[in-house]
Amino acid sequence: MITHPFTYQTPATIEEAVQQLGRNGEAKVIAGGHSLLPLIKLGLSQPEALIDLRKIASLREIRTEPDGAIVVGALATHRTITHDQTVRAKLAALAEAAGEVGDLQVRARGTIGGSLAHADPAADEPAPTLAYDAIIRAIGPKGRRDIPARDYFKGVFETALAANEIIAEIRFPAPAGRTGGAYAKFAHPASGFAVTGVAAVITLAADGTVERAAIAVTGAAAAAYRATQAEKALTGTKGDAKAIADASAKAADGITALADLAASAEYRKNLVTVYAKRAIQRAVERAKG
Amino acid sequence: MPDAHAVTFTVNGTTYTREIQPTLLLVEYLRETLGLTGTHVGCDTSQCGACTVRVDGLATKACTMLAVQADGAQVVTVEGLAKNGALHPIQRAFAKEHGLQCGFCTPGLMITAVDFLERNASPSDAEIRHAIEGNLCRCTGYHNIVNAIRTASAEMRQSTAAQPKVAAEVKG
Amino acid sequence: MTATTSPTYIGTRLARKEDPRLITGEGTFTDDVMLQGMAYMTLVRSPHAHARILRIDTAAAKKEPGVVAVLTGTELEATGMLPVFITVPGMNGSKHMPIATDKARYAGDAVAAVVAESRDAAKRAADLIAVDYEPLPVVVDGTKALEPGAPIVHEELSSNLVFTYPVKGGDIDKAFKDAEVTVTQRIVNQRLIPNAMEPRAVTAKFEAGELTLWTSTQIPHFVQLIVALNLGLGQNRVRVIAPEVGGGFGSKLQVYAEELLVGHLSKTLGRPVKWTEERREGYLATIHGRDLVENVEIAAKKDGTILGLRIRTVANLGAYLQAFAPGIPTILHAFIIPGPYKIPAFDVEVRGVYTNTTPVDAYRGAGRPEATFAMERIMDRLADEIGMDPAEVRRKNFIPPDAFPFNTISGITYDSGDYEPALDRALAMADYKGFEKRRAEAKARGNYRGIGLSTYVEICGLAPSKANSALGVGWGGYESARIRVHATGSVQVFTGTSPHGQGHETSWSQIAADALGVSPNDIEVRHGDTFESPGMGVGTFGSRSLAVGGIAVHKAAEKVREKVVQIAAHLLEASPADIVVENGKVFVRGVPEKAKNFGDISMAAYLANNLPDGMEPGLEATVYYDPPNFTFPFGTHIAEVEIDGETGSVRIVKYSACDDCGRQINPMIVDGQLHGGIVQGIGQALYEGAVYDDNGQLLSGSMMEYHVPSAEDVPSIDLDHTVTLTNTNPLGVKGIGEAGTIGSTPAVVNAVIDALSPLGIKHIDMPLTPEKLWRAIRAAGEGRR
Repeated sequence: MITHPFTYQTPATIEEAVQQLGRNGEAKVIAGGHSLLPLIKLGLSQPEALIDLRKIASLREIRTEPDGAIVVGALATHRTITHDQTVRAKLAALAEAAGEVGDLQVRARGTIGGSLAHADPAADEPAPTLAYDAIIRAIGPKGRRDIPARDYFKGVFETALAANEIIAEIRFPAPAGRTGGAYAKFAHPASGFAVTGVAAVITLAADGTVERAAIAVTGAAAAAYRATQAEKALTGTKGDAKAIADASAKAADGITALADLAASAEYRKNLVTVYAKRAIQRAVERAKG
Repeated sequence: MPDAHAVTFTVNGTTYTREIQPTLLLVEYLRETLGLTGTHVGCDTSQCGACTVRVDGLATKACTMLAVQADGAQVVTVEGLAKNGALHPIQRAFAKEHGLQCGFCTPGLMITAVDFLERNASPSDAEIRHAIEGNLCRCTGYHNIVNAIRTASAEMRQSTAAQPKVAAEVKG
Repeated sequence: MTATTSPTYIGTRLARKEDPRLITGEGTFTDDVMLQGMAYMTLVRSPHAHARILRIDTAAAKKEPGVVAVLTGTELEATGMLPVFITVPGMNGSKHMPIATDKARYAGDAVAAVVAESRDAAKRAADLIAVDYEPLPVVVDGTKALEPGAPIVHEELSSNLVFTYPVKGGDIDKAFKDAEVTVTQRIVNQRLIPNAMEPRAVTAKFEAGELTLWTSTQIPHFVQLIVALNLGLGQNRVRVIAPEVGGGFGSKLQVYAEELLVGHLSKTLGRPVKWTEERREGYLATIHGRDLVENVEIAAKKDGTILGLRIRTVANLGAYLQAFAPGIPTILHAFIIPGPYKIPAFDVEVRGVYTNTTPVDAYRGAGRPEATFAMERIMDRLADEIGMDPAEVRRKNFIPPDAFPFNTISGITYDSGDYEPALDRALAMADYKGFEKRRAEAKARGNYRGIGLSTYVEICGLAPSKANSALGVGWGGYESARIRVHATGSVQVFTGTSPHGQGHETSWSQIAADALGVSPNDIEVRHGDTFESPGMGVGTFGSRSLAVGGIAVHKAAEKVREKVVQIAAHLLEASPADIVVENGKVFVRGVPEKAKNFGDISMAAYLANNLPDGMEPGLEATVYYDPPNFTFPFGTHIAEVEIDGETGSVRIVKYSACDDCGRQINPMIVDGQLHGGIVQGIGQALYEGAVYDDNGQLLSGSMMEYHVPSAEDVPSIDLDHTVTLTNTNPLGVKGIGEAGTIGSTPAVVNAVIDALSPLGIKHIDMPLTPEKLWRAIRAAGEGRR
């Protein structure tokens, strides 16, 4: 039950949506609603206006650009993403993360744009978004702004997105040739959110050594982050068990881990290292092909 | 109060137009506006799945969707599973395998299962368990629910042998 | 069975008669009842766990559009107190009003009620009620509540101690003096939140002086009784209907404040009123279960022979005593602790305690899971101490099959039992002998694998009224049934039981069908409506429905059958002894052509122009059956688990159980009860636990935090059965509703501890979450370094 009233609009274009967002005082953009509606139901969010993007069909698309970049529309649902053949082939960590969101029903409605805009520290998709060095394309009153994923996640429910901007799409650069990705998650037993989720994207050089290692962690800290120490440790190695274990051991370096009923900070850090190892192992195997 | 919106959508094959407040949840609309009380409310945090209905074919938690968001959609509830008096295979299977006890979670579970089985015609038990993780049942321990969904899948395969299999969900 | 030596329908996996309406959405649950002119109630609940209520300002709420009424505790004398049905000796009861007046005693205690034209108007108005609270010191933990200086929950009482309940037998001092080995273990049986999938709901209308109240309850007749008494209505003016009820597990085995309030408001406002619980509200306002801390000591010989058992228990009962609360940690717990074992000396003392937490009452198993858990954990600890196989320690102490009826050291009499066959079958199912190989294979994977068992005896029936009375249960333990055969031969069974998933419509049909020689399809079972049933039904809880209510149906059907035989003998001019009733026919033995249809006999009973001399017309019978004893099902459960060595996550890789509930009426339903019970027990072992902070705030306050097991969390389950009949009742049935929960929790915990025992780990308190196990593994590793 929702007791706090709001108005409801369904703009036809994202530009119109941005205008409406500017006009309404306490307005919120709604996509699948699976981040926002639970908050509204609990009274934790009390918007005066809801701007529903559902009539902007172009935002649902997943397409490949001429340069090979894969562009995922903000309204693409987790379910669409996890079943998409291109995403599965090229962005396995994203496909797996989308397939691990919530449950079947949540994946049917929830969208990647909603997930990234809401920026729950335990959301799944921030991890692959970071690991693939994606660009978050936002539309605001002044037009388009591209925000690199690395600059996007700021804290608990905090992002670089301005209050008057709307995410239009997420652009994933084409992964290099011998690249493998994987997402490994320790789910919260009750809520299904990530207590820890690690996306690993590994590119191997011709000689089989690790050329590029991108390891992104969600659920463990106030915001999803790149485990740069682990990446450095892995780069240039053969990606063997010992190298992976050594790198994974650094995946929680320097973080202030979250703590809650499901996991203390100390245990979360352990989960980060374990799930980093598991994600990297699978990513390396996939990179080897 | 903000203005009501005229919303038109189809529920179990019948098209309804109603003036509704934007705050009305889809499950409230189904239960209280249309009187379709087979869809239940078991929690307020999108965990239990008792409110699951199909919206344009997709199993959806109707407690986490505004009724206005369903404008133009095709909605199917438990009341719409049987066709022309013939039970859907999932309904027959739940009864045959004793997949329900109190029956409160059952409509949502059957709806989720139908959506799942139409996309994965020959699931493993592990895939079935993964598919219904968003539907809680406190009575059955799930054992017979899994059996029921497996039984239904066999029957649905026979009746829709021509339909191509869509890839199963990836499991991380 | 008296008449039919080989039953036709009893023992068959008959498809459930309940299912057609439930799989089509046609079943009506309480919240589905929509009435013209209905208003909605919302309760304002205290955010504080302990606070004096200084002032409640309802003025703004009363002005809110759509508000019909606002009510505070001081304005509400009409409803009286909430009932407690069990009184144990020396019990310090307390005042428990539907709306708190002086103090809020737990977070969630109701302090005001609002009725409005819509749910959201009621909620908005509730938000406008301003309550001035003076927060008071809070006590959450049962043991701390007994310490000097602890905040007192009920100031009219001198302490938080509700009762001290001893159960003793044999010479306990001698047992410990003679012991070659003793083991002590502190065991926490954590607090659980029942989570029936249907939240509670109450709908009422008051018309022409008659109150009709739909409520999601396991005990409609008790609700009728208390609502009538407390609201000053004749019992004949209060119709309580338990329609479809979406699970209970003890949480709906209450007369709740909301039932009295909705009844009262409907009566005073003269219009229908509905209240539907929200899940997070239910976490606060619907009873919790368990919450015992037990110090368990066992005295034994080195060969495993038990000499004595001493247990000291603190039971946290929460802020108020609920309907059956005083009986759970006492009668249903202390007496059954010995389980399947011969125990020469026994000394148990249970202290019940008030705290600033949600009241605790029956949750599936209610006292017996706690008892079995304590016993089965200490058995494993003993086995570990003396280096004996846990299965063999159990076997050694089993009560032998020739010892029944067996008087336990705790003072009850087991009806029948044969424990070794169930143990042996379960061991075979689990490939217990081959386990060590699997442990080694897991170790090679970096994981820990363990196998654990529990052998249990449970107490069912909740039965003989005189025994109940002696134990302090304030109401008889009988059950009622009425069978009405209409003139056309169609049969209605009215039962006092109140099923909410157990399938009584099906099982009772099978029982009546065999007695009446008709098809179950010709029988309709009706329940949950106090104006339809016999005068009083006790209800459905404590695995009592079959062993008491089912027998009432059987006896009523036998009475009807006897009359059918008499009429048939008269019409067929034969001796009653020669009349056979089967397959819808009534005929003379050996002369099948000399026959009448069952419907001919029922028609004759109502035409009444050709009946035996002196026979009353009509064909119906009512029975109130009060059994001579409880029943005692038993079994063995075995869990095999594998623990992720890096994360502590537990996976149950195999679950095997062999249970004996006496004769099975419908084996499909028996298995379903076991599956569900086992998973609830797994939930306690691994996942579930209510968590309060020191201020009495429930941190596990929604399904986002409290882990109700999902399909992905639990295994498929292998079941087998032995059948040991009981002489307690004519069908030889015992009960199966709670056995799964009783057997599974200790089996799973024993398996986990077995997995970690190579690390020297002896015990970890539930729930066995990944982090707890990871910490234990790590601590053990550090200890070794």
